[in-house]
Parts: sequence; C-alpha cells; structure tokens
Amino acid sequence: MTIGWRNAIVEMQAEEDTLENVVYEAELEIKNAEGLHMRPAMQFVDIANRFDSEINVSNGDTDVDGKSIMNISMLAATCGTKLKIRAKGPDAREAINALRELVEEKHFDEPTPKR
Amino acid sequence: MRFRDFVCFEATITELQASDRDGTIVELVSSLDQAGRLGKGKCEEIIREVIEREKEASTGLGRGVAVPHVKHKAVKNVIAAIGQSGAGIDFSALDKQPVYSVILLISPADEPDKHLQAMESIFKHLQQDRFRKFLRQCRTTKQVEDLLNEADEDPFL
Repeated sequence: MTIGWRNAIVEMQAEEDTLENVVYEAELEIKNAEGLHMRPAMQFVDIANRFDSEINVSNGDTDVDGKSIMNISMLAATCGTKLKIRAKGPDAREAINALRELVEEKHFDEPTPKR
Repeated sequence: MRFRDFVCFEATITELQASDRDGTIVELVSSLDQAGRLGKGKCEEIIREVIEREKEASTGLGRGVAVPHVKHKAVKNVIAAIGQSGAGIDFSALDKQPVYSVILLISPADEPDKHLQAMESIFKHLQQDRFRKFLRQCRTTKQVEDLLNEADEDPFL
C-alpha cells in the first residue's frame, strides 16, 4: 500500500514509561460525508471501551475522553476533520489500530462524499 | 453555534404528559409543528422517523438526558424543542435510568455540518453536571430561556 505524505498516518511512539504504559498517537481523518454524528460516535466509543488504555481525542480546540459518548459528541468532527487520538496503556497500539480501521478504512460503514 | 439560536422556546414543554419515549417524541414534534417550525403536513412523518431512529439506538446517553433527532428536508435550519419531566421517562437510556430532560433536534437533510455543530453545542452543556441540574429545575419556559442564555455566555455551565 502506497501512502502519499498528505495521507500518511502520523503514528509515533511518543513516550514509553514502562512496558505497561505505552503511549501511541495517530491523526485520523473523518471520511464519511455525515461526519462523526451520534451513530458513528457510538461505534467509536464501543471500540475504545474494548481497551484498557486511556484514550483521548482532540480536534485541536477540545480534548476529550474517547470512551465517553457525550464527550465525543462535543467534537463536531465534520467530514475532513483530522482528529488526534492518543492512547496510553498496555494495549495502546492495538487501540489506535482498531480506531484507525473504524475511522479511516471503514469510515463507520457510511458513504464518503459524492465527487 | 449558540444553543439559544436553534431552540424554539415557544415549543418548550415544561411538564411532559408522556411517561414513555414515543409519547414524548409525539409531544415535542407536535409542539414544534404548532409553533409553525415544521413544513405543512410533515408532523406525522417526522414523528415516525424520529421514533425509527430511536429504535436503532437510544439517544438517551445517560445522566437523565436524551437527544432524539432526525435529519429532514422539512427544515432549512436546525431547530430544537426542550421537554421536561418531573416523574422521569423510560427512554431505554444507555444507563437504564429515567430521563428528565429531552432535547428534540430536527436538522436539515443536506447540511451534516450544521447538525454536528448543533450537537456540539448541546453536549458541551449537557455534559456539565451543573447545567443538567439547573435544566431539570426549570419550571417555566422563561427559566429555560434564561438558563440557555447564561450557558451561551459561560463555557463551564
């Protein structure tokens, strides 16, 4: 899979305190036309809650708990918005990968904008 | 988007008669219709669609609040109505608790970004413990209006 630099997934292991407390970050772009409305937000929170890691999501202005549906509903993440996801904990990497799959690959099983 | 800008205060119901989800939706959509905020003859259709949406997944997100909503071409701008219940409503909420404050939101069919901005505005306040408590205490439309005006000025309310 070739990824242009604009689409390159920004993933880095930002810090590593101990093996139990790994931090992973990724920038994920909302690709479905309707954006992160309540149904996709619930899918996001469902996936996030499968992991032990703390998960934070930021749209640049607001930084919220990725496991709270009310918090995620505050992001107003429209199509094209890039969200910074940060996971901290023993399964941080797996959490980021699962969320990336949901947001960028499956785009919440919703249509992308018509060109 | 400010909260007060898309709420139709005229359609506020300070004491809902219904004790169940569908009855609540009927009351609030009808109230918006009576206030002339929905297209002519669209009331029944919107009620049906809001209930259908609710059956997919409850918008009772916990902590005593629910935000039933639908996108519909009958409206050009997002419009909301607020309903209160002293006794509590069974909204099949995620936390299985009764709902005391309901914000019904109707958004235009083809402007997803406006819908998201309205949701942002609603949840920015609904997630604040103080705001939910104050909202639940409102007994008149005027009190609801004052609270929203205050909330729009204070990001922590």
